[in-house]
Amino acid sequence: MNNTILTTKTETELAVDRQSSTVRKVSRREFFAITGATGAGLLLTANTTANTTDKPTNAATEIDAAHLNVFVSIAPSGEVKIVCHRMEMGQGILTSTPQIIADELGADWSKVTAVLGEANSAYGRQGTGGSASIRLHFDHTRRMGAVARTMLEQAAAQKWAVELTDVKAENHTVRNMITGEALGFGELAEAAAILPVPDKTNVSLKKTDDFSIIGKDVALQGVKDIVTAKAIYAHDIQLPGMLIASIERPPVVGGRVKSYDASEAKKVAGVVDVIRLKDRSYPVQVQPKSGVAVLATNTWAAQEGRKKLKVEWDLGANQTHNSDEYKKELKRKVSSPAKKIRSVGQVDSHKFNQRNTLEAVYTMPYHHHMSMETPSATALVKNGEADIWSGTQSPQWGKSLALQELGLDPEKDQAKVRFNTTLMGGAFGRKSKNDYTLEAVELSKATGKPVKVVWTREDDVKHGFYHSIAANYMKAELNDKNSCDYWVQRVAAPPIAWIFNNDSTYLENSDLSLGFADVPFAVQNMSFENQEVSTHVRTGWVRAVGNLNNQFALGSFVDELADKAGISTIEMWMNLLGEDRQFNPREQGFEGYTHYGQTVDKDNTDYVLEIARFKRVLNRVAEEANISQELPAGEGWGISVGYSFNSYVAAATKVRVTGSQVTPLEMHTAIDCGLVITPDRVRSQMEGAMIMGLSMTLESEITVKDGAIVQNNFYDYPSSRMNQVPPMFVHIIDSDYAPGGVGEPGLPPILPSITNAVFHAIGKRVRDLPVSQSL
Amino acid sequence: MIKMSLNGKQVELDVDSSMPLLYAIRDIAQLTGTKFGCGLGLCGACTVHLDGQAVRSCVTTAAAAEGKSITTVEGLSNDEQLHPVQKAWIANKVPQCGYCQSGQMMSAAALIASNTAPTDSEIDTAMQGNICRCGTYPRIKKAIKEAAKEARADSLTSASAYSEQESQVSS
Ligand code: FES
Ligand code: FES
Repeated sequence: MNNTILTTKTETELAVDRQSSTVRKVSRREFFAITGATGAGLLLTANTTANTTDKPTNAATEIDAAHLNVFVSIAPSGEVKIVCHRMEMGQGILTSTPQIIADELGADWSKVTAVLGEANSAYGRQGTGGSASIRLHFDHTRRMGAVARTMLEQAAAQKWAVELTDVKAENHTVRNMITGEALGFGELAEAAAILPVPDKTNVSLKKTDDFSIIGKDVALQGVKDIVTAKAIYAHDIQLPGMLIASIERPPVVGGRVKSYDASEAKKVAGVVDVIRLKDRSYPVQVQPKSGVAVLATNTWAAQEGRKKLKVEWDLGANQTHNSDEYKKELKRKVSSPAKKIRSVGQVDSHKFNQRNTLEAVYTMPYHHHMSMETPSATALVKNGEADIWSGTQSPQWGKSLALQELGLDPEKDQAKVRFNTTLMGGAFGRKSKNDYTLEAVELSKATGKPVKVVWTREDDVKHGFYHSIAANYMKAELNDKNSCDYWVQRVAAPPIAWIFNNDSTYLENSDLSLGFADVPFAVQNMSFENQEVSTHVRTGWVRAVGNLNNQFALGSFVDELADKAGISTIEMWMNLLGEDRQFNPREQGFEGYTHYGQTVDKDNTDYVLEIARFKRVLNRVAEEANISQELPAGEGWGISVGYSFNSYVAAATKVRVTGSQVTPLEMHTAIDCGLVITPDRVRSQMEGAMIMGLSMTLESEITVKDGAIVQNNFYDYPSSRMNQVPPMFVHIIDSDYAPGGVGEPGLPPILPSITNAVFHAIGKRVRDLPVSQSL
Repeated sequence: MIKMSLNGKQVELDVDSSMPLLYAIRDIAQLTGTKFGCGLGLCGACTVHLDGQAVRSCVTTAAAAEGKSITTVEGLSNDEQLHPVQKAWIANKVPQCGYCQSGQMMSAAALIASNTAPTDSEIDTAMQGNICRCGTYPRIKKAIKEAAKEARADSLTSASAYSEQESQVSS
């Protein structure tokens, strides 16, 4: 049997041993043993600090969440284990983070095994989102490896009684440059382990030219476990005596159970208990939605029992929300002036020349993540302590919420909650919210038994945190140079901030920095405005977030302008982008600009936009796709380009349109994400973005009727299938800029590339997504 | 009690006969390689072989497996000798999150067992019931062709060993 359960005598801690695919109880000491430190080896707690707070390493700062702290261990056999503290959801971080460490360490990749980290503030920030794992942590991750390498070199230098500069670590050995002698990492591990950990600021880093693992397509970590079904996902956790919970939740946000009758449900064989979850109040935050849980000895019984529940709801105020009407309201709202957030020159007093002016409103529906694995978590709450297993992007946030849920002290009681992580079967932002984890905690606490909460697909579709429905207004006047001098943009969309503060009615600067008010065009007079809205569903981060609707609107509008001016789309982009230069939105009228929390100022120019990089990806994609080729009637190429998460991506899509049927024929993506760590995972993310972009643009949408989500499953929220996917090509730009994000930036430009292709195929402009509702 | 051969072993599972095979496999037999994705036969994450045929275990009752031979991803190979599909999956770095891949591989293995030279459209037809939200289709297609080639070229591969085992078990 694959997933055996071993119970050892040590009752102190539970952990998932991914190597042997077992769930068992292990002590903290053993946890480290799993990571490879078998007594004599080197277990390095290498501390480096995040870029904003540069504090020296010491025990006291280990619990400071601003610190990055990765465990590297080297066994006497030479086997290196690296804890990947960032969470794996398919983006490949389980390979990329260890790859960075292994390179600086001078390790042989074939002797490196990655281990997924549990929730532990000693690792530093673990919240995995915003395409940040490398973008924000590259330097510090390198220092993890460099610190360990320095210790091995010091141990070798001591052994040979030579200077540190006379030894060199590479390929899993340290060489004596004077005598040519060599010692393996395993042979040095023990001696290195007793050395003081060097200050991370004093360790030398490799020159980028000397990278031998970074930038190479190494073997993927964990892939054999996946194909042999040994990989553990949240759904796969099995504990002795475990109950499975299936929960009937209020269909409308803010709804509550009025009354329920569980008598029939309890008659279903296998059903053990029915529990009403506690009501939660506004703001909704990432709390469970409450409802009634049926707990049973197996998943089927829990779901069958749930079908027999009779629940009466008090639906609350949001039952008046209907997305069709709401979308019309958003369109109306963006058609009149709103709160200015960026202003360049003077647009308000300008009298637009109607003949040369283009005005358009674009809309995007709510969207759902639809990760293949629905949310699931397991908890065992006993004697005021908890062991939790969750597939989550936010293990530390989940842990602190669990502490709060259990009434424990957020600092002093840290050790009472063990938060174990599993692989995620996709996440795309959904699993940054731990509502499902808290459901497991609440139900285990109520029953005193281990409880696994399993969401059905319908639960997942109906109780998500959706990409905000949005309307974007664009208006510009063409000048005689086939560019524009006057430009207006407005946006209206329910802000994600609402979930944390239900008085929030405006998108925030951080949202407006996602491809909206940071448009880097060389247009002299511009106005960017933000409209007030009300929110009625749980909004959340969906892959690329606001960049989706903002890039859809901008990429479509530039294409429309090009058509009006009678020039190619790429020429219009070049004209609007203007001369190669650095563009800092803060110096261009958008003082609130923030790059995902990073300030952009004189000292930090990593996040200014580079016009040349936009042009490079655009030119590359146009050339590779040969978009100027002659095409048969009914076929067309569409292109677009965008900047997000500090990466630049251009997309080109060719479609054939027959009646209302759009068939994608070929797709290309060119990405400049700066220095590349794992080229193959950049490709796989771009492929995934193209494929997700197809169904997102062409056919899927989340709609709301009387406050409840209308869609249910893959039949009414379709996701691209193999037969709908054309040949696709990824082009990576050689770049030595700082590494940018990869997981998200590929998606936004796909949307307008498809609708622009539809226009170039049949002359019909799609301004409201999905295409299936417009053609 | 439902009796079946599960990965070559005779098992008796104490389940309600209407329980989907998926949950009998995952919760009762505790083989968690077979995944839940939709519960309606729409996504293929739960694909297993029933007497060598790819079926969606979420819409197949446990009773329908009575006396039959079921192979799950755990039975696709043993550790020493991977199935050609598994080898091709590793070589082409197919998985992203990996969650859909056991279902993808089971569909692919069933295809190759009956057709060692599938065309693009035959692959599309056999695989369109398997959704991969991460978007690994181009690699799956390439890997299937490679695996088929291996199955074709070498009659002693585990693919043929696997189908022999299948026919033995079901006979
Ligand atoms: S879970 Fe069976 S087809 Fe989706
Ligand atoms: S690899 Fe993630 S769903 Fe297929």
